[in-house]
Amino acid sequence: MPRTIIEKLWDSHVVYERAGAPTLLHIDLHLVHEVTSPQAFQGLRDRGLKVRRPDLTLATADHSIPTTDRSLPIADQIAARQLAQLETNCAEFGIRCLGIRSDWQGVVHIVGPELGLTQPGMTVVCGDSHTATHGAFGALAFGIGTSEVEQVLASQCLLQRKSKSFQVRVDGKLRPGVAAKDIILALIARIGVGGGTGSVFEFTGSAIGGLSMEERMTVCNMSIEGGARAGLIAPDDTTFQYLSGRAHAPQGAAWDAALASWKQLPTDEGAAYDRSVAIDAEALEPMITYGTNPGMGLPIGAPLPDPAQLADPMERESVTKALKYMGLEGGRPLLGHAIDVVFIGSCTNGRISDLRAAAGVLQGRKVSPKVRVLVVPGSQEVKRQAIAEGLPEIFRAAGCQWREPGCSMCIAMNGDQLSPGEYSVSTSNRNFEGRQGKGGRTFLASPLTAAASAITGVVTDVRTML
Amino acid sequence: MTPFTNFQSRIVPLPLNNIDTDQIIPARFLKTTSKLGLDAQLFCDWRYDAAGNPNPDFVLNQPLARGAQVLLAGDNFGCGSSREHAPWALTQFGFRAVISTSFADIFRQNSLKNSLLPIAIPPDAHADLLAAVAANPDATVAIDLPRQKLTLPGGREVEFPVDEFSKHCLVNGVDELGYILQQEPAIAAFEAAHPAAINTLG
Repeated sequence: MPRTIIEKLWDSHVVYERAGAPTLLHIDLHLVHEVTSPQAFQGLRDRGLKVRRPDLTLATADHSIPTTDRSLPIADQIAARQLAQLETNCAEFGIRCLGIRSDWQGVVHIVGPELGLTQPGMTVVCGDSHTATHGAFGALAFGIGTSEVEQVLASQCLLQRKSKSFQVRVDGKLRPGVAAKDIILALIARIGVGGGTGSVFEFTGSAIGGLSMEERMTVCNMSIEGGARAGLIAPDDTTFQYLSGRAHAPQGAAWDAALASWKQLPTDEGAAYDRSVAIDAEALEPMITYGTNPGMGLPIGAPLPDPAQLADPMERESVTKALKYMGLEGGRPLLGHAIDVVFIGSCTNGRISDLRAAAGVLQGRKVSPKVRVLVVPGSQEVKRQAIAEGLPEIFRAAGCQWREPGCSMCIAMNGDQLSPGEYSVSTSNRNFEGRQGKGGRTFLASPLTAAASAITGVVTDVRTML
Repeated sequence: MTPFTNFQSRIVPLPLNNIDTDQIIPARFLKTTSKLGLDAQLFCDWRYDAAGNPNPDFVLNQPLARGAQVLLAGDNFGCGSSREHAPWALTQFGFRAVISTSFADIFRQNSLKNSLLPIAIPPDAHADLLAAVAANPDATVAIDLPRQKLTLPGGREVEFPVDEFSKHCLVNGVDELGYILQQEPAIAAFEAAHPAAINTLG
């Protein structure tokens, strides 16, 4: 019976099955951060339990960490306590923690892959909905709640129900100015924020095969924004090349053995998916969101929907409410709309290739004096690489702020935030009301679009600058 | 976990689609290291104005919300972030069930672990219930988990799905972790047969 990669990943991690109960799955890598773990560690203490597999667990500080000078004390006392609690918990339970002083600190979904911890064939979980990022390696990777964090800490296992398989086939070649981010924004605009509920996406097709690992991570990262439990891409030579030589990747004979097993993972010829959609990469344009969920996205030159033209009353109400919050009028395009802030970073677009793309647009140009531009590398390693390539000088010369690694203005827990009413073009993943600061208004886009808009001070089609 | 018992309650209508967990509890409140004290932050940015005063137009600030244990929301409730703070805030406010036409996966799982019942019903029953609450804010629903039945104000019974295992855990107050730890022999056998590919400590 031919199987999809999703079924192969599931089958190889079944610990225990019983009729009438969900399946107990083993977890190969558990990533932990400061926000969704403290109550789980407390739960272990209350029950007198240990962490079963500290050797399969890694913690980092990212969500509430400041991106300003790290030699200074943390101004926000509540955040400082939470960050200290992570280090205390990790020390008590024997977990390696990439804390504020670590040379490898960074956004959890950037750190795992760059250390070579994320590998094909694995199950990966984290108390964070963007865990699907790791699916780019052909891993089954998904976000979990704090009760489940506690379960994995205690048992290295999770009770799971099988998801449906949802093939997203993307063929063709992306045109200049169109990025990996535009693929996933186009998918979510098409199927809606609940379109993938109960499913795992497998991204296939020549356009996906042509993406780098970092671009694949961007695509998989936002699977949750389409409602999917996870999103993944079968491993291929691009995957193997990325992994080869990384700190935790297998070496020597172990590498050869791993490679042989990884090559068995791709979906078998003739395997059936529960659902499929096809996207023509050649037809994609730079995408931007206009509303208050990631499904409210459009090609950058397209007019916004006019609520009066929408037949479904619930949809009409939600678009009307979104446009009101965003201070926008239906029927017109977003192009030319003034912005106040540009944020380049996050687990979606905070990797070195994202910074290179933005720097390519910003080099030799100045950002608009009306716009505050934050460039936040996703990790200490991304920061080191950027420095080696001279990117901070390009950003600073253009008038951008070059920051320390963290989630920053993607989730606005650390003081990096919009003021009420401000508009941002952001390379992050969520445009929910208040996501980047209470009353703030977010347009999600690629690093190319963000950099172009930073220069002009208005929403801009990067293709006019290439 | 507190056992989930059958009950009857008034309904707080919030008929918007795609209510995300950032609305249920904004991220700035996630710097806490406790599960407690989140009820005041539930729907904070819809519930209070810029000065921190209750917004009288928001349904949680209206008399009908007092003592109500059921939230009636639109499609794809709880989408977005995996924060379990969302069901913690909802239950601490007093909700024991959320009715919608569908739920986001992670929110549903988180709710079931906190004695908060996500009840997904067909669109026509959802529309009936909304109309009934609009006509009479004091209308009530009855929730019978063992029979998986929701009784609408007019007496119509609507069946809702819950998997057997979750139902058993809810009705008996069984904690999932206890069940998982009972499978220790199977976990040990699996780990013996599957050496780890990585060592994060090394």
